[in-house]
Amino acid sequence: MTPDAPRPTPHAPRPTPSALRPVLSQARAELLLTLRRGENLLITLIVPVALLVFFASLGIVDGGAGRPVDFLLPGMLALAVIATGMVSLGIATAYERYYGVLKRLGASPLSRGGLIAAKALAVLLLEVVQVATLVAIAAAIYGWRPAGGAGAAALALLLGTLAFAGLGLAMAGALRAEATLAGANALYLVFLMLSGAVLPLDRLPDVLQGLARALPAAALTGALRAALTAGAPFPAAELIVLAVWAALTLAVAARTFRWE
Amino acid sequence: MERGTVERSAAADDGNVPLPPADAPAVVVDGLVKAYGTTRAVDGLGFSVAPGEVFAVLGPNGAGKTTTLEILEGYRAPDAGLARVLGLDPIGDARALKPRIGVMLQQDGLHPGLTAREVLRLYAGFFPDPADPDALLDRVGLRDAARTRCRRLSGGQKRRLALAVAIVGRPELVFLDEPTGGMDPEARLATWALVRELREAGTTVLLTTHLLDEAERLADRVAIVDRGRIVALDTPGALTRGAEAGAGRRVAAPGLDLAARCALAGGGGAVRLGRRAGPRPGGAGGPAGRADRARDRAGGLCAGPPARRGRRAAGRADRLAARPRRDADRAARRPRLAGGGVPAAGGARSGKRGAWSVERRAGAQECARMRQAQRRLCLGEISQ
Repeated sequence: MTPDAPRPTPHAPRPTPSALRPVLSQARAELLLTLRRGENLLITLIVPVALLVFFASLGIVDGGAGRPVDFLLPGMLALAVIATGMVSLGIATAYERYYGVLKRLGASPLSRGGLIAAKALAVLLLEVVQVATLVAIAAAIYGWRPAGGAGAAALALLLGTLAFAGLGLAMAGALRAEATLAGANALYLVFLMLSGAVLPLDRLPDVLQGLARALPAAALTGALRAALTAGAPFPAAELIVLAVWAALTLAVAARTFRWE
Repeated sequence: MERGTVERSAAADDGNVPLPPADAPAVVVDGLVKAYGTTRAVDGLGFSVAPGEVFAVLGPNGAGKTTTLEILEGYRAPDAGLARVLGLDPIGDARALKPRIGVMLQQDGLHPGLTAREVLRLYAGFFPDPADPDALLDRVGLRDAARTRCRRLSGGQKRRLALAVAIVGRPELVFLDEPTGGMDPEARLATWALVRELREAGTTVLLTTHLLDEAERLADRVAIVDRGRIVALDTPGALTRGAEAGAGRRVAAPGLDLAARCALAGGGGAVRLGRRAGPRPGGAGGPAGRADRARDRAGGLCAGPPARRGRRAAGRADRLAARPRRDADRAARRPRLAGGGVPAAGGARSGKRGAWSVERRAGAQECARMRQAQRRLCLGEISQ
């Protein structure tokens, strides 16, 4: 290392530490890591896109009056949020603890809030890519056109992200890395079946239907579907379910979070 | 790159933190207690580290070194006692403290998916006035590994990167927990040089090690800890001279454990200290010197699992050490403490493979160099 020149003014105050600088530095690393996790791409992007293309092309999904793509796209957007918020974030965080990465970060000036903010930033950016990809495919191949309220859709995506990120972080805090890996993938499968994303909820037996409607996946799918359908009522009930889940999972995540 | 550290520590932080007096200790530990279940990992530890000092905490595994460091780093609260770092409470004042300290943990904590340069840049981004990451990579010998993901770095490379991460923020105080663990001799020497550079730049360094040789070469003062207590605390020179002159007896109280005896007698060398090679009875007295010499032949400092010839010599050392005292009074006056050097021979004899992992990797040249240092240490002629 070449030695720097001696500081010209010995008593000059240090540069003011910015609270934002550590967060941006961490967010940059989070994005790099997100891009490098190839296996991540499968569940965050390839699965939703494949399901969309498969079912929209074959038209075997009974989604009611509209075209298949109108029924499928909201569900695939929900799956994308679940994959990024819960599966990807949860597993990555669990392994960061396993490798001692979180412990080391705990001794750095990056605060706990700063770490969460950086991870949230990376999740949101990935979601932008997911939404753009899914919407572009739906529009280009199946002639999907936006309808309904973008505001309600954005609110649903945000609350859904909070709820599922909270779930992923709670699992990462409470479980071992391997258990988080298995658990997050298992839950993803459960949510795929019980969210109404592919299979309409009213085709399920009553008991399962009741359970499904209480889960955040169905609430997110339902809220997005209502928001993106012209003339549909504002999905207040679904958004409330999502908000309750978000508060619950984030509280558990905050309690179980450990640097070590 | 560490230049300016002194000036910065003298300069105001950002106005929020009251400045301690210029000569206020960088670290104060007093009556520190931390128990895990019924085990007292730290049991009334107390010491202070002056600004700009290199302070080594030397002891065997399980002595409480890491627990003490992790209390100072703010990872855990002590059950009792005081811990102050740069005049601040490690937990309560964490926000003000963390930008001013650097930390190297035993587990490197490097993200396996990031390259060496990316990790260093990440941490540089946490600090207001960081060193240049690329220059620092050069300094720790990782220029060629800059684009290598951390999961593909060797153990020694990871340690060096962790060290670079610890100092990239130009800290006033650095905690290094076994900084040379897993390093080959060359990397270890480079690390020692870096610590000396930090010292010259005025950075305070608090490091743990179980290598006597490392503590002796690097530290201004050494605290020898065992079972959560300090058994000796002085400059390396005084510790060894004290052993020669008999002053070492002040710590040679009943129950004095291996670490202290080893250090004071200068017999442990770079051998990893471990409790298993416990005190041996009847080691004092006339045969001690011969026993030591025999042990030296047996491998002593750099012994791997002993060769046949070495084993014979070790056996001779045992017989000599086990010989009954001829003159108890004379033995009591002896400057060299009872059983000095036993850890080396004992460890070699028991053939505990793990204990030799580092030494086995050591090259012949470094072995010879260490052996020479060892002799100097035995003679109380510590230089540097």
